[in-house]
Amino acid sequence: MKINPVKINPVKTKKPFDFFYAFNVVLLTLVLIVTLYPFLNVLAIAFNNSDDTVRGGITVFPRVLTLENFRTIFAFSNIPQAFLISVLRTVSGTFLSVAACSMVAFVLSRRDFQGRAFLSRFLAITLFISGGLIPGFLLMRDLHLMNTFLVYIIPGMVNAFNIFMIRSYIDGLPYELQESAKIDGANDFTIYWRVILPLCAPVLATVALFVAVGQWNSWFDTYLYNGSNQSLSTLQFELMKILQSTQIGRDAAYGNDIAKQMQQISPDSIKMAITIVTITPILVVYPFLQRYFVKGMTLGSVKG
Amino acid sequence: MNSVTSNQSNASLEPSLPRRNTRARFWKTFLDQRYLYLMSAPFALMVLVFNYVPIWGWIMAFQKYRIGKPFWAQEWVGFQQFVLLFQDDRFYNALWNTLAMSCMGLVVGFTIPIVFALLLNELSNGVFKRFVQTVSYLPHFVSWVVVAGIVYKMLSTDDGAINQLLQFFGQQPVQFMAKNEYFWGIVTVSDLWKELGWNTIIYLAAMTAIDTEQYDAARVDGADRWQLMWHITLPGISRVIMVLLVLAIGHLIAIGFEKQLLLGNPMVKDASQVLDLYALNYGLGANNFSFGTAISVINSVVGVILLFGTNAFFKWRTGESVL
Repeated sequence: MKINPVKINPVKTKKPFDFFYAFNVVLLTLVLIVTLYPFLNVLAIAFNNSDDTVRGGITVFPRVLTLENFRTIFAFSNIPQAFLISVLRTVSGTFLSVAACSMVAFVLSRRDFQGRAFLSRFLAITLFISGGLIPGFLLMRDLHLMNTFLVYIIPGMVNAFNIFMIRSYIDGLPYELQESAKIDGANDFTIYWRVILPLCAPVLATVALFVAVGQWNSWFDTYLYNGSNQSLSTLQFELMKILQSTQIGRDAAYGNDIAKQMQQISPDSIKMAITIVTITPILVVYPFLQRYFVKGMTLGSVKG
Repeated sequence: MNSVTSNQSNASLEPSLPRRNTRARFWKTFLDQRYLYLMSAPFALMVLVFNYVPIWGWIMAFQKYRIGKPFWAQEWVGFQQFVLLFQDDRFYNALWNTLAMSCMGLVVGFTIPIVFALLLNELSNGVFKRFVQTVSYLPHFVSWVVVAGIVYKMLSTDDGAINQLLQFFGQQPVQFMAKNEYFWGIVTVSDLWKELGWNTIIYLAAMTAIDTEQYDAARVDGADRWQLMWHITLPGISRVIMVLLVLAIGHLIAIGFEKQLLLGNPMVKDASQVLDLYALNYGLGANNFSFGTAISVINSVVGVILLFGTNAFFKWRTGESVL
C-alpha cells in the first residue's frame, strides 16, 4: 500500500523570476514545434489545391482548401484496396498474435509444467539469433507463403518478447488463483480463459497495441513477398512506392503513370494525401491507448 | 507462501519433487497436463519453423546455392563465400557505414533523451508537460515510410522547410538528399526526431520512483537545482541508464536496413549501404543466396558476441546481469 504523503504547501514567498524555468519552457516549446511542424505541413498540403501547392510557400495552413486530392487517390488508385488489406492484416494479425502469445505465456507461468524450462530457453534463444533475410525468404518460398495474405500473419505470430512480457505480468498475479481453480475442478484451458485472461487486460492491451502498430506500419514483407501481387498490396507499401518513384534519381515511371491517371495532380499533393490516410488511424486510436503503452513500457523494463 | 497441503496433492500446481524418473511417470504427467501441451506445442512448432529453420539455413553459406536444386544436392564450397566476402571492398564499406551510423545513433540517441527527460522532469505537472509528452511520443507510432517521406519533404530544395529557413538567413539552398556527406547525419537526426519522446518514457518512470524525501532533505541542506539533478536524479536513474547502454552497445551492429533503404537513393549509395542492405542488394537482388547468407551469418554472430561480451563486462564490473 502506498500512502500519499501529506502535501505541506510551502509558504508562498515572492520568488525572483526563474530564468531556468522560462528557458526550459522555451526549449521544450521548440521541441514541440520541431515535432509538430512536419505533420501540420503535410496536413496543409494534403488539403490544399494541387495547382496552388506547386506555387510553393505552404506552411501550416492550406491556402485553397479542397478535398480533391483525397477524392483523386480514392478514385484512381490502388489505395482503397490497399487500405482494406492493411486493416485486415492489422485486425487479424493482432488478434491471433495476442491469443497465441497469451496462451504460451500462461503455460510458461505454470510452475508444474514439465516442459517449462525447455520451452522458456527455446523461446529465449530467438531473442538473440535470427536466421536473417535470405534463409527467411527461401523458407517462405518453400512453404508457398509467397503471394499469400498469410505471410503477413503467420511468421511473426508467436513472438518471444511479447510472450515474456505477458508471462511476467501473470507471474505477478497470486498463484493461489490458479491452484484454487484447479481444486474446484477447472481444467487448464478453463483456468487460462476464465481466470487468467480477464486479469491480464492491461498487459494484453499493451501487447495488442505494439503488435497492431507493427502490423499497420509494416511494408517490407509486402515488398519482399507480395511485391508483384497488386491485390495484396498494403497502404504502407503503396506509399513507399509513390514516395520512392518521385524521389531524386529514382525511376519515375510509376509516379508518372499514377500522376497521369490522376489528372495531373502534383505528386507532392498525392504523396501528402496518402501520408495523411496512412497516419490517421494511428492518430485516432492514439489518445485512448496512451496510458496503456506508458504502463507497458515501464512494466517491460522493470522486469527486464 | 504455498498453502497447498499434501491431501490436495493431485490438485497442486507446484512442480513435483524428483522421485524415480520413470518413463511412466512422465507420460502420466503428460496426460494430466495435456491442455498445457495442446496450448503450447502448436506455437512452439511455429517458432521452430519460422525462427529455427532459417538458422539452420545458415548451412547455405557454406554451399554454392543454386535455385531449383534440393538442399542436399547443392555444391559444398567450405569457407569460399566468406573468403570472397572479406576480399570485397563493398563489404568493408558497408561495415564502415554500419558502425558509423550506429555509433552516431548511440551517442545522440542515448544522451539527448536523458537530457530531455531531465528537462521534462523539471516542469511542474500540468497541461503543458502532458502536452509535450503526448506530442513527443507520437512520431514513434508513425512508420519509417511516412518519416522518410516527411524527411524528404522537409529537406527538399523545392519548398522544403529547412531550405526555406536557410534562405531566410541568406544562405544558398542545399541538396541534402543528394550528397554522401549529409547522409549519416540525416539518418541520425531522423531517428532522434522519431524516438526522442519515446525513449524518455523509461527514464521518466525511473525518476518517479525516486524518493521525494531525498529532494526535500537536500533542499533543506541548501542544494540548488543543478545539485539536485546531479546528485539525486541522475544517480536515481543510473541503473536504468546502464542497462540501456549495455543493450544499445550489444545491438551496435544489428541496426537493420529500414532507415537506410527508405532514406537512401542511388546518389548516396556509398554512404547508405549498411551490412543488411548489402545482403539484400547483392544476395537477394543478384540471386547470390549463399553470399548474402554469409553476410547475415557474420552480422548475427558478431552481434551475439557483442551483446554477450558487453553483458559479461557489465557483470564483471557490477556483479549484475542485464540479460
